[in-house]
Order: sequence, then C-alpha cells, then structure tokens
Amino acid sequence: MTAVEFKDYYEIMGVARDASADEIKRAYRRLARKFHPDVSKEKDAEARFKEVGEAYEVLRDPEKRAAYDQLGRRPSGEEFRPPPNWNFEFEGEERPGEHSDFFDQLFGGLGGLRGGGRAGRGAFRSRGFDTHAQVDITLDEAFHGTTRTLSLQRVERKDGKLEPRVQQLQVKIPAGVVDGQQIRVPAQGEPGTGGEAAGDLFLQLKLLPHPFFRVEGRDVWLDLPVTPWEAALGETVRVPTLAGKVDLKIPRGSQTDRQLRLKERGLPGKPPGDQFVVLKIVVPTADGAEREALYKQMADKMAMNPRAAMEGGR
Amino acid sequence: MKDPIDVHLLDETVEFSLADLCRICGVHERLVVDIVEEGVVEPRGEVGAWRFTGVAVTRVQRVIRLQEEFEVNLAGAALALELLEEIERLRRGGR
Repeated sequence: MTAVEFKDYYEIMGVARDASADEIKRAYRRLARKFHPDVSKEKDAEARFKEVGEAYEVLRDPEKRAAYDQLGRRPSGEEFRPPPNWNFEFEGEERPGEHSDFFDQLFGGLGGLRGGGRAGRGAFRSRGFDTHAQVDITLDEAFHGTTRTLSLQRVERKDGKLEPRVQQLQVKIPAGVVDGQQIRVPAQGEPGTGGEAAGDLFLQLKLLPHPFFRVEGRDVWLDLPVTPWEAALGETVRVPTLAGKVDLKIPRGSQTDRQLRLKERGLPGKPPGDQFVVLKIVVPTADGAEREALYKQMADKMAMNPRAAMEGGR
Repeated sequence: MKDPIDVHLLDETVEFSLADLCRICGVHERLVVDIVEEGVVEPRGEVGAWRFTGVAVTRVQRVIRLQEEFEVNLAGAALALELLEEIERLRRGGR
C-alpha cells in the first residue's frame, strides 16, 4: 500500500480522545453549521466540511472508532501506511472522491467501491450520483460570458480494477448569469450502475466582488463621487458601466444619495438589469487661505440650515 | 480539446415539469409538494400541470440539503434558506 498522510480525526473535530458519543455529535453539529457550504462564509468551507464529515463518519461509528484508535496518536500529516495486519471490512455506501486517501486506505475507498447509487436506495441498478462544484466568475465574465475548463476526478474500470483519472471538460458560461445560479451539465456526474444513466454535474456560479460595482440580481449599483458644483449646477460626467463609459447628466440641484437609473445597462437577460448610480458628494478640503476664504464667502452668501427638520427636537 | 459541451443554465427562462424536477433533484413528488406548500418555490400553472423554473431547481436542492444535513424539518430548512438568501443579498451590498 502506498503511504498517505495521517489524519487526526479528534483534532479535526476539536474533541478529546476520550470524548463521549454525545460530545462528538455536538462538536459535529457545531462544525457543520460553521462549514456547511450552504451556510458558511469561510473560504475553504467545502474542504473543511468534507474533512469534518469524514472525521464524524469514523468517530460516530464504534467499530470504526475502535479500529482508528488502535493506530495510536500520530502527528497530522505524518506519512502513514496501514499496519500489515490491517484487515477491516466495513459496510456502507462509498462515493469516490468523497474521502481522503487516508480514509480510503483504512476503510475501503476504491477497493470497496460498490459503484455508487443514490443514498439510501441500495439497489444494484441505480442512477449515478449528482456532483456539485463551485465556479468563481468575475462581474466582467458574467456580463460577457466565458468558457471554463474544469478538471474532474473520475474513477474508471481498467482490467477489472478501479483507477482514478482526471478528465478535462470545457463548459461555456453564457452572458448574463447571476450570483448563485446553477449550470446543469447533463450526465457528467458519477456513472450509474447496471446500465443506468450517469448523474448530472451542477456548477454553482459565485460572482466575485468588484472594486466599485455592486450587483443585485441583474441590477448593478455604483456609488459615484461628484463635486458639490457638479451636483448643484447639474453637469454631465463620464460614468463607468459594464459595457464601457457613458455620459450621465446629473440633474441640477442634486443632493448626495440621489439615485439615477441607466436603463438596461446592468447584466443582460430577459429583461436586462439596470444600472443605478448613487451620487456621493465629496467636499473639497479648506486647505490654504484662498479655499478658506471661499468657504467663508459661501457661509455668508449661501447661508442654510441643513438640520431644520431636527429643530425643536431634543 | 473538444468543443464546449452542452450545458443548461438554470435561470428563470427554463421550465421543468414536476417529473423533471423530481428526476433532476433525485426526490419523490410528495417531497416537492411539501416544499411547494411550505412556499419555498412557486410553480407556474395549474395543479397537475405544474412547471418549475431553473431557479426553483436550485432552491429545492438547497432546502433539501439543509433539511438532511442539519436534521431540521422543512419549515426550519425553509426559514434557514430565506435567512441565508437575505444575508447573501446584504453581503453583496444590496439594498
């Protein structure tokens, strides 16, 4: 057997080696909430969730846990080979790629592969599992569309043996996708057994943050810094949009937070999104005698009370 | 490398029958009916001729994952889904 990296399942779950079944279950619940890819904001949530799931799978099962405990305590990541007398047969559904090499060597893995099937169905003929992956795309790619080459881990039968293989798959992502949307790639999940169809591959699109655009559905929001005179006098300014810069006429007498709509300048679709521009008035500093004099002149000649609505309050 | 393969964007313009949705999500019709009754997805058309958008596929898959992996009931999973979507919206800087 080839060497694999040792995994300390107790350390992964943050429990003592003599933790009770209840303690292990509580630790799992807490970690699942933290790292579940659907709810987590952690960066490596999916990898951590798998790692925690694998640790729980071993530690929750008294038979597997006892076998694991026999190995003794070793540093995480240490080169590991199962002892020569290691001969455990475990029942249960195996899914290739779900477990670490360490787990596969100890508890079956490829050798014990029974060919998948949907969880809990237990039939010899069954459709392959669906697989899920996340694809990060920039806002620019969402606007123009893009192509991605994915590397998929496959398991292939060769001379009666199951062998891992990497398959490259080119996938076109159309223009106008939104955050969280999925792309279904039919029959590119795991193969079925007994002549049944393969599962599907689902790609969940994650829109990466943009330095100045925010996105809501297909609408794009932009905070636009403007000078007091541009806002007061109403001038035309150049504004970035996903398709390039456009001229925007600021209405005379605009205040900060005024929203202006650039119709159908958001992400493409049916209907296309809009771009909303939110004016943010930026006040010049009063550095230097000349500027200070100008401000004092404004205070004299353009006296105003912006807090009039609060008068009479406490 | 070969040409890009055929993919289906699961947006609001594509529609699936109840049977299609069940096949894609790997679930029984009864569960989809419960999910509809919980108000997680809103099918188009009359009962018996329901049609679901691609967006519904994603929501059904997510609510089932939440329900199974956190061992909560459907109402709890639906609440979690809505709160998650709200958080995602706020994090994107939406208003």
